[in-house]
Amino acid sequence: MTLAICCRGLCKRYDGKVNAVNGLDLEVQVGECFGLLGPNGAGKTTIIEILEGLLEPTQGEVEILGRRWGQDDLELREWLGISLQETRLPEKLTVREVLALFRSFYQKGRDPKEVIRQVELSEKESTWVNKLSGGQRQRLAVACALVGSPKVLFLDEPTTGLDPQSRRQLWDLIREFKQQGGTILLTTHYMDEAERLCDRVAIVDRGKVIAIGSPAAMIATLGGEHVVEFGLDVTIGQTLKAGRLAELASVTSVRSEADGFSLHVQEPHLAIPALISYLHEMGVSLARLTTRHASLEDVFVKLTGRHLREE
Amino acid sequence: MKNNPLWELTLCRFREFAREPEVIFWVFGFPVLLAVGLGIAFRDRPPEKIFVAVAAHPQAPSVVERLKRVQTLSAEIQDPQRAASSLRLGKVALVVVPGNSYEYRYDPTRPDSLLARSIVDAALQNAAGRKNPVNTVEKAITEPGARYIDFLIPGLLGMNLMGGGMWGIGFVIVDMRIKKLLKRMIATPMRKADFMLAMIMSRLTFMVAEVVLLLLVGRFVFGMIIQGSVASIVTVAFFGSMCFTGMGLLVASRAQKIETVSGLMNLVMLPMYVVSGVFFSSERFPKVFQPFIQALPLTALNDALRSVILEGARLSTQVPHLATLILWGTLSFLLALRWFRWN
Repeated sequence: MTLAICCRGLCKRYDGKVNAVNGLDLEVQVGECFGLLGPNGAGKTTIIEILEGLLEPTQGEVEILGRRWGQDDLELREWLGISLQETRLPEKLTVREVLALFRSFYQKGRDPKEVIRQVELSEKESTWVNKLSGGQRQRLAVACALVGSPKVLFLDEPTTGLDPQSRRQLWDLIREFKQQGGTILLTTHYMDEAERLCDRVAIVDRGKVIAIGSPAAMIATLGGEHVVEFGLDVTIGQTLKAGRLAELASVTSVRSEADGFSLHVQEPHLAIPALISYLHEMGVSLARLTTRHASLEDVFVKLTGRHLREE
Repeated sequence: MKNNPLWELTLCRFREFAREPEVIFWVFGFPVLLAVGLGIAFRDRPPEKIFVAVAAHPQAPSVVERLKRVQTLSAEIQDPQRAASSLRLGKVALVVVPGNSYEYRYDPTRPDSLLARSIVDAALQNAAGRKNPVNTVEKAITEPGARYIDFLIPGLLGMNLMGGGMWGIGFVIVDMRIKKLLKRMIATPMRKADFMLAMIMSRLTFMVAEVVLLLLVGRFVFGMIIQGSVASIVTVAFFGSMCFTGMGLLVASRAQKIETVSGLMNLVMLPMYVVSGVFFSSERFPKVFQPFIQALPLTALNDALRSVILEGARLSTQVPHLATLILWGTLSFLLALRWFRWN
């Protein structure tokens, strides 16, 4: 079966600068929702724009649905729906006019009215773009990508800067597209977005994929699906040894943070009593204690030693 | 027509244009205001009277009486001292001192004084019985076609076609590039040729409106007589408009900022505003510069427009000017397409 997206040995160097993309291999199946997750400046936009045929790679090969850029461009353009990280659509055109314009570029496509209904902009059909809210504009941008009835949807940070409700509306759109058999490649620096939407995720850092797999499988590699974080009174915490903490029941790894410790734990109901009695033994008291499910953020931290939102 | 990309792109250009009131003003309102303003400032007025003083003397009243019969003169009796100071201050052009012979006091370096001298002398000599050996007939020539406003309107038209082509294309394209709209569009199967053609088609439509509007103002506000046919005027305007559309495209082909493209456009347009005969004839510049000035596209366009509008020249006589426009336009288009940056 043909892959939706396949690239090998992808490199992109901007003149004089470091490698924005450094030897990237990716395979995305048809019908999959695939996420590129990474901090700002990791090279996500460069990667997605190379795959979209908008940037030339310095090295490497790209195949989209078995076709190559430079040979089958027109056909590929008919098949792809794209939303760039930041496009300001014509301010003084109405929603309907913008969609009619984009629809006209495609041989086959959908009825603009129907797409407007799908992205829930029917009430704003005759409103100028400059009167739309951020979430509405972003839905219009996705509508422009959907109106050509694409096989593959490329979305570059579709929900960045949106309020929670607008984000959820966009997630529904993406899920709907996937249910109808479409393939999606999206970039994001929100781990929760990647976890909820994507079948598989590639974590990108400094132009390289440092981990790839389903969100659940990646979290499982942490050894514990729960995270226990605690902080201590004053500076007595210095005397706690990370090595000793790791020996506590059910703890799989320990990380010392600026203001305390973070433990990966398989079973919190075993680990927490053990921790409390150890602290009691040491004569220190807790300032705070929280537990939560492990996330892709923890995967990123484990792999790079940095948080996603740092830098 | 529905769902045709060329049609939709052109339609969107129209809509965006029509929804920008300030753009409409600069394209249509401003040139008309300029024409009306300059037309009023330089309208034809009756010639101003020349003031003459007659020094106080028993004969002075009769001299004044004779001079008053000449329409262009205004004569007044003044005592000699005041007359001298009036002359010095430029209040009068000439002082006549009556007596056995008339004495004319004036500054020969002042043109109005020289004129006053010859008019006054002729009037006084004729009154004293001089007979002219030859009969002369006078005919006043102030026909429409030779006035400043007649010169101005074709110049404004040329200027407007230049500004419209450069701003209307250059500014819009750079704006779309900044907004990543160009990049978004080439991420669709849109044909680049359709995009360019839509730009040109919308520009040409506005061009016809601009030409017709200015000519109507010239005709009905200033009574300008349009000698050439509308078809030949529009043909010249078409070549001019295409030429500046190409130059606008060239200027905008790589610019990433509005400031860059504005600077480039002013660099291209300002010299032509001055030397290409918009407000005054380009012939006024020294001969050494003429080959350069004549080679400029706006000079060619203005000259061709004036010939066609004011003299009713046939298009075939304007081939050199049209060739200049075609050359500039083609060169600009080719370079622009070669350098054009979509993202």
